[in-house]
Amino acid sequence: MEYFLTDEQKMIVELSRKITEEHIIPNRARLDEEEIFPTEILKIIADADLYGLYIPEAYGGFGGGVMDFILAVEEFSRGCIGVSVSFAANALGIYPVLAFGTEEQKQKFLPPIAAGTKQAAFGLTEANAGSDAGGVQTTAELVGDHYVLNGTKQWITNGGEAEIYTVIAITDKAKGARGASAFIVEKGTPGFTFGKKEDKLGIRASATRELVFQDCKIPKANLLGKEGMGFIVAMKNLDHSRPGIAAQGVGLAQGAMEAAVKYSRERVQFGKPISAFQANQHKIANMATEIEAARCLLYQTARTIDSGNKDFSMESAMCKLYATDVANKVANEALQIFGGYGYMREYPVEKMFRDAKILQIYEGTNEIQRNVIALDAIKKSAKQDKK
Amino acid sequence: MNIAVCIKQVPDSDKVTIDRETNRLNRAGVPSVINPFDENALELGLQLKDKYGGKVTVITMGPPQAEEALRECVSVGADEVILVTDRKFAGSDTWATSYTLSLAVQKAGDFDVVLFGKQAIDGDTAQVGPGVAYFMDIPVITYVKEAEKTDTGFKVKRVTEEGYQLWEVDGKAAFTVVKEANTMRLPSLKGKMRAKSATIITWGADDLGAEDAKIGLKGSPTIVKKVFSPPIKTNRETIQNEDPKQSVKELLGKLKERKLI
Repeated sequence: MEYFLTDEQKMIVELSRKITEEHIIPNRARLDEEEIFPTEILKIIADADLYGLYIPEAYGGFGGGVMDFILAVEEFSRGCIGVSVSFAANALGIYPVLAFGTEEQKQKFLPPIAAGTKQAAFGLTEANAGSDAGGVQTTAELVGDHYVLNGTKQWITNGGEAEIYTVIAITDKAKGARGASAFIVEKGTPGFTFGKKEDKLGIRASATRELVFQDCKIPKANLLGKEGMGFIVAMKNLDHSRPGIAAQGVGLAQGAMEAAVKYSRERVQFGKPISAFQANQHKIANMATEIEAARCLLYQTARTIDSGNKDFSMESAMCKLYATDVANKVANEALQIFGGYGYMREYPVEKMFRDAKILQIYEGTNEIQRNVIALDAIKKSAKQDKK
Repeated sequence: MNIAVCIKQVPDSDKVTIDRETNRLNRAGVPSVINPFDENALELGLQLKDKYGGKVTVITMGPPQAEEALRECVSVGADEVILVTDRKFAGSDTWATSYTLSLAVQKAGDFDVVLFGKQAIDGDTAQVGPGVAYFMDIPVITYVKEAEKTDTGFKVKRVTEEGYQLWEVDGKAAFTVVKEANTMRLPSLKGKMRAKSATIITWGADDLGAEDAKIGLKGSPTIVKKVFSPPIKTNRETIQNEDPKQSVKELLGKLKERKLI
């Protein structure tokens, strides 16, 4: 397939693939088994100048867009999505600053992320605010020239590891969703602590923790955009970041398929390699076709976003939904090709199978993605009728 | 510190296949790579630059396509790259190559240190590093693993079959570098982009003022008389105890450890 990548994008792929082959694949089983945050690998990624792909050059980045970013995420995900999510969560944490920050905020917070010397994270989810993001209960009260934050964020990727957090809190309860605001909170601020590291089914190299705010005072200057814009910041951020999750799906699926096809050529049963059996060939054909379809949808969405088109919620939801469903299907079929060996930890598909599940859940469950897509289609139809 | 690194582009030995009919190497279409030991020399050069500041100049002698290897050197951090190429150099043996390269190194600058890989994986002679040092009339230390600057020159750790030796050298020197020294760093995206547009300085025989009789086939006294596989040398270990029972126990332990029994 010709993906029409620029020379720079081909370099990004080549470099990310090298890091994946030399550093992620040889270490992924250990990182998973011992739940080790991939600090060393993230440093290697940073040294290769891949942290700031989507950050403008003026702030020390590469000046690329979503397309450049997802190419790197896809390659890393071929190796391990526990590592790739730790890398990608930085974009989710810092994009609100990029899109809504003041010049001062950008000057202060973007360069260390672009250089990879600091990590970022995004705090929206709470115990009672998952798919229903409107249910946020964390509050931020303006006292003098400070906001005082109280509440607990849950399941925050890079929680505890990141230095810079974008957090959604309620500034005006009476206004419901319009009473939410977005803030930048730095690690080390008094009153800001972390809960225990979560013990997860998959992506065990990544760190997931609670963010706990108890009378946490942050400067007024750390408000992102205006008061009341928190929900818009969150939704725009998710629209923008969902292709990253789709890229994780495509990469994971690609890695699982490659492993399964290789194994099917080596494993002999009934006197033939199992790749000679049509039952397996059809599995391989379906995997290859669906991965390619997911990749095309992903690349096209990323390019749509980079073209400056403002209306891409639906495309973003579609690529996330499709690619992550494909990832789960492919991980399942790949494991089936491996048979009993696939169920064992010695082979990588066992981990891929466990890892894949989260893709259908985080950054908006796939049910929520379907809501977004359907509502968009219905709205467009209604608009058509009015004309 | 002014550092020169001499590299060679070689066929990627992992990808070379053998033509079963003629028993010759299928060299056509085999990708070329930087000689692996030269990567160690380059990395040592880059580390010296990181530590003491300065500049790394990479020089290669070869056909025009060796430019590709030089661009790779830029992507990991080489400051200047020079390609020494001329039809007149065709057929150079290690003697003629050493002479030619020594002229290029001297023309390129006044270097504190000239680095080489311990040998090239295609010819395996390990002669060009010491040869260049001979023509430049500077000391050479082979099989170097570590190097650091001193007030007057360098202190180096040299690997031997039994262990290592520490050497000190005053003034300018040449080192040939072993694999154990390091692993070459990954390129960066900015480095790769810089490599794409980097200027490759190209010198021919006339630019170097090389004497015709000393270059290419004419300047190459080597005659290959016979090609044969050397006997395989394996590591030998002696287990010796007062009590032979103890020796047997140790031997069994070692065999088990290596999963041989």
